[in-house]
Amino acid sequence: MEVKSEIYVGLTEIFHDIFLRDTIALTPATTAADVEGWDSFKQLEIVLAAEARWGIRFSTRELDRLACVGDLAHAIAAKAG
Amino acid sequence: MELHWLPSLPDWREALRALPEDPAAAWHAAEALARTRLDFVRTNALDTALRGRPVEPPAHPLRLAVLGSCTTTHLLPAIRIGGLRRGLAIEVFEPMFGGWRQELADPASALHGFAPGAILFSLDAHHVTAGLRADMDDAAAEAELTAVSERIRSGWREARAAFRCPILQQAILPIHPPLLGCNEHRLPGSRAGFVTRLNAVLRTMADAEGVDILAVDTRAARDGVARWHDPGLWHRAKQEIALPAAPLFGDLVARWLAALQGKSFKCLVLDLDNTLWGGVIGDDGIEGIAIGQGSPLGEAHAAFQAYAKELSRRGVILAVCSKNDLANALEPFERHHDMVLRRDDIACFVANWTDKPANLRAIARALNIGLDALVFADDNPFERDLVRRELPMVAVPELGDDPALYASIIAEAGYFDTLSLTREDRERTGLYQANQAREAWKDTATDLDAYLRGLEMRLVWRRFDPIGVPRIVQLINKSNQFNLTARRYTEPEVRAVMGDPLAFGLQLRLLDRFGDNGVIAILIGRLAGDGDVTIDTWLMSCRVLGRQVEPVTLDLAVAQARALGARRLVGVYVPTARNGMVREHYKTLGFSVNGVEQDGGYRAVYDVAAHEPAPTFIETVAG
Repeated sequence: MEVKSEIYVGLTEIFHDIFLRDTIALTPATTAADVEGWDSFKQLEIVLAAEARWGIRFSTRELDRLACVGDLAHAIAAKAG
Repeated sequence: MELHWLPSLPDWREALRALPEDPAAAWHAAEALARTRLDFVRTNALDTALRGRPVEPPAHPLRLAVLGSCTTTHLLPAIRIGGLRRGLAIEVFEPMFGGWRQELADPASALHGFAPGAILFSLDAHHVTAGLRADMDDAAAEAELTAVSERIRSGWREARAAFRCPILQQAILPIHPPLLGCNEHRLPGSRAGFVTRLNAVLRTMADAEGVDILAVDTRAARDGVARWHDPGLWHRAKQEIALPAAPLFGDLVARWLAALQGKSFKCLVLDLDNTLWGGVIGDDGIEGIAIGQGSPLGEAHAAFQAYAKELSRRGVILAVCSKNDLANALEPFERHHDMVLRRDDIACFVANWTDKPANLRAIARALNIGLDALVFADDNPFERDLVRRELPMVAVPELGDDPALYASIIAEAGYFDTLSLTREDRERTGLYQANQAREAWKDTATDLDAYLRGLEMRLVWRRFDPIGVPRIVQLINKSNQFNLTARRYTEPEVRAVMGDPLAFGLQLRLLDRFGDNGVIAILIGRLAGDGDVTIDTWLMSCRVLGRQVEPVTLDLAVAQARALGARRLVGVYVPTARNGMVREHYKTLGFSVNGVEQDGGYRAVYDVAAHEPAPTFIETVAG
């Protein structure tokens, strides 16, 4: 599935707000190891912020499958259309 | 879940990044940001930004320990930001996960090192219902209820013994799905039913123990439990309260801390056109405005008036601030049969063409309260914006344009959240009306002596007693101007004065021909080893200024000091930003001042043996 750039723009804004660093540049391959401070706690905040922004809710299974930003973007695209 | 009564700030992102370098200026700029509609991401971001830079809050931080049975770390930034919103710096401490009982019991623990000034018990619904099974009988479920509530009570007592500080118990969130359904209460071993019963027991127990309740259960009932709790987050991170609910949770905790500090709003200032009634009185006339039965809009405005009237019955002062000709503005109050609010419900009525910030200043002055005690309700976004800009200390809720929602918007903002109700609160409208009568009569009295004599004042004094404690704590914590030391006391500290044989605490009530002014002054003195009684606290309500209460209070202080065998009274003046009016207090009463310190503070002594009561028009009675 193709992911609209709008989703990456939104995710970037969420990351900038959560980590308070406007230099973070996301790619589909970005993982927690690439962003300083991205721990399981921040992971939840990112997911919840995405849920709020796009008006969706991820299931426990879907959350377990998220390994990188690309996974998250795809999951959003699949839910938010 | 939004803090919907706060205004949105479109360029919030830029504002956060533009916080000034200067630590004091950064704090104030952040306070303004905290007063906008923050979701959980923005709440956390503001907290992170503040923690990464030097800031200088106006006062020492309050130290709050959060003792929880599950994850609460994600709620702490929101508590700090809730405090910031009220101008309070809050330092939050969390014991090791699941370890609060050990830390409470161990004087060498980090919790004891932190020495909290307030404690929040946050117990989750899984934890407290762990002993329940659906096949339990009545007796077993009842025994479990007793066991769990006693465990909670022993936690309070242990915490109080260790720290002598105020305690807040979070009600249990009703998160359990039912087993029977609508008649769940018939299943003794139901977890859902147990939580309902436990919450009722906790409230009764809390009243008996002097503990306050954080009513997340009733909040969740209004918002929907699903807004507060997500089972997925529980399984993933043991977060019982979902992160999106954190800003509201933090705000509720901060409301409690603010109320403990005596920081609460006292007066609801109401606009008229399209706020108290539909339409514009000046254009539509008394027949044209929508109020009361006959139209949904009129009923919605009447319901809002009814809410305001109920607020006034429990002690909130009502005022009117309207851009109108005075005669037009008054007409509905005097002539419209469907008005719920009448002229005498309004303690201060201002209708003119002056700008609203100037009128709000005049209202605060007339009522003798601070601008930071005003909540301004106006349907007009322009007026709201103007007041927010000119008077940032005035609370201005986003009323929106549907009067059907006005009452719940003001209620949910929690401006008037109060821990307990004193007799003065219930009678406040009467107090202000009597004051107006006094003022009117003062204008007719020919000279001051005639006025004072004619008031037929009686001052009834009494030592601190359990029944008076709420009002004593309230007065001690909210009196700023006539307050010699501005020392704050918590409820346990007031009770400690009652039990101290070397100290005295007096509460003074003033009555006159216009009515009962309520408890208007507090005096706390303590005998030291050197045979002097130090006046730790002397404060008085400004509404009885100029009534000769001060010399009569001195008579009482002298009598108490003599009873303790003291030779001298020592008065202390500790200057604050707001108590300049009492700088000369002790000098005026004949104390001799020994050396004024650099900040203007001083100690002054008074020879008890040489005391001669000054003549006044007050009759003093022990009550």
